[in-house]
Amino acid sequence: MTVDAKQPLKTTPVITQIGSIHRRRNRFIRFWGALRHSPVGLIGFLIVLSLLLLAVFGGSITPHDPAQNNLRARFMQPGFSNEVGVFLLGTDQLGRDIFSRIIVGSTVSVLVGVVSVIIAGTLGVLLGLVSGFFGGWVDNILMRLADGLLSIPFIILVVAISGVLSAGLGTLILILGLTGWVTYARVIRSEVLKAREMEYVVAAYAIGHRRLSIMFQHILPNVISSGIILAASQVGVAILAESSLSFLGLGVKPPTVTWGLMLADGRQYINSAWWMTTFPGIAITITVLGITFLGDWLRDLLDPKVRGRN
Amino acid sequence: MQGLVVRRLLHMAITLFVVSLVVFFMVRLRGDPISVMAPPTFSEEQVARLREAWGFDKPLLEQYVLFITKAITGDFGQSIQARRPAMELVFERLGNTYLLASAAAILGVVIALPLGILSAVKRNSLIDLISSAFASLGNAMPNFWLGLMLIIIFSVNLRILPAFGALEPAAIIMPAVTLAVGTAARLSRITRSSMLEVLNQDYIRTAYSKGLSDRRVLYQHALRNALIPIVTVFGLQLGWLLGGSVIVESVFSWPGLGRLMIESINVRDITVVQAGLLWFALSFLVINFVIDLLYVYLDPRIHYR
Repeated sequence: MTVDAKQPLKTTPVITQIGSIHRRRNRFIRFWGALRHSPVGLIGFLIVLSLLLLAVFGGSITPHDPAQNNLRARFMQPGFSNEVGVFLLGTDQLGRDIFSRIIVGSTVSVLVGVVSVIIAGTLGVLLGLVSGFFGGWVDNILMRLADGLLSIPFIILVVAISGVLSAGLGTLILILGLTGWVTYARVIRSEVLKAREMEYVVAAYAIGHRRLSIMFQHILPNVISSGIILAASQVGVAILAESSLSFLGLGVKPPTVTWGLMLADGRQYINSAWWMTTFPGIAITITVLGITFLGDWLRDLLDPKVRGRN
Repeated sequence: MQGLVVRRLLHMAITLFVVSLVVFFMVRLRGDPISVMAPPTFSEEQVARLREAWGFDKPLLEQYVLFITKAITGDFGQSIQARRPAMELVFERLGNTYLLASAAAILGVVIALPLGILSAVKRNSLIDLISSAFASLGNAMPNFWLGLMLIIIFSVNLRILPAFGALEPAAIIMPAVTLAVGTAARLSRITRSSMLEVLNQDYIRTAYSKGLSDRRVLYQHALRNALIPIVTVFGLQLGWLLGGSVIVESVFSWPGLGRLMIESINVRDITVVQAGLLWFALSFLVINFVIDLLYVYLDPRIHYR
């Protein structure tokens, strides 16, 4: 195809626009098509979608008020019903409906999972990019800091910090975000080291691009998919960490409802009320399972190299 | 080999230095540690006296130099609660945590290796499906919840295992299983994918065409070459087991370092927390040092690099 130099310039924006709409549609079709053909990915997608819906709208669809004490209906078995209604998953030590509390508890899980991963991911990708691209002492300091942080088991580090700060929900999210960057930085750095030697980067230098523009416009788009894949799995890690901390009494404090706190309550009455511990745990497991499924599928989609390996 | 050992030891020392900085500044995240340690009932004057007694009124650099010179000799100061050296408390509990973590590690390997190898050899079979379901579930379940479920089944209902403590040998069974499941899940996945990769190699076909038995090909040719990624993940898992002990020990009231950490954090006993954190880091670094040396044994090519 020859380029007509005399073609009026003002048509180009229109063409790009059509092109980008077309591309966006294409991407959506590709996304949906890939999802339809992967049962595991579809299950993950559905779980995550319902989780998001519950987290946002859960408060208005609970069968009972999750905070309503009902001292005449304490420790009722799953399926118990009285004049107020049915308690599908039973009641706790104050007669509160466990099913409603599980629905409401999803909000904290989603909030912690999503926000802490956004913080950790952004920070980690940026630091990994800088570390790999510039090398030298910046790289040395950042990577030694990463080594140090990684050599303390994550959960112990988080437990200790939240102990010192006596964390609430906001602090907890910040702690998970500010300690979680290390993994991203490591992964992105190694990808940048590879990308830095690629011909397109050399070419970008040759035609006179500045270093910052090469870093953000050429290298970042080529390494970001590893970050996205990692982020998908880290959401589950953050949710598990939050529930562990709340369970230990070092995370979110009552009266906020979280699955970890429900398990801590359940543990007190483990001899008599098995349903208090069983159902919140199932909720966590299904949630993390769904996120993992979706994450695995996303990895296969974004990184054809590893497809079929697992 | 010698060069490698020296390089790794140096690296370890640098990392420990960074950890000491992290630990030092962590307890100062809210200003000076007295605000964490002092009970709310203390008067201004009492707080000031406490601050002076602990040396928190000195410049930061001086405080750090004091902290690190003492820490190198194992002196982290007195535990505020127990009124005994913090390191002494850590050492008392250490054995129990190592015992629990090793039991879980062994259990994890015993479950994961056969499961991973079988599902690689019989790819897409029923056993592969079961193993993959196990791995997904084991990864997604919070380990403390699994522990609680085991208590409900084996202590509350069947009454065959003790729910807490470490007074009888059987008490280790449930905490070890609880810790092992996550490790087994991750290890079985990496075993499977690593084996699959190796089984596609030419030398495996050669081994088969020489007429070697399945068993010999699998264990002497395939597994040996698949071992490096497995060992890497295993090393990381050991660190994860140490971390997991914090929660699992609390669930089962297992008298280990993890539970000591939680107890100390709850009463703001910062000297014990600092000693414990550094000890966890040191254990993790030593494990990885050993793993690095193992690589040389497993893959002679690394030697020449």
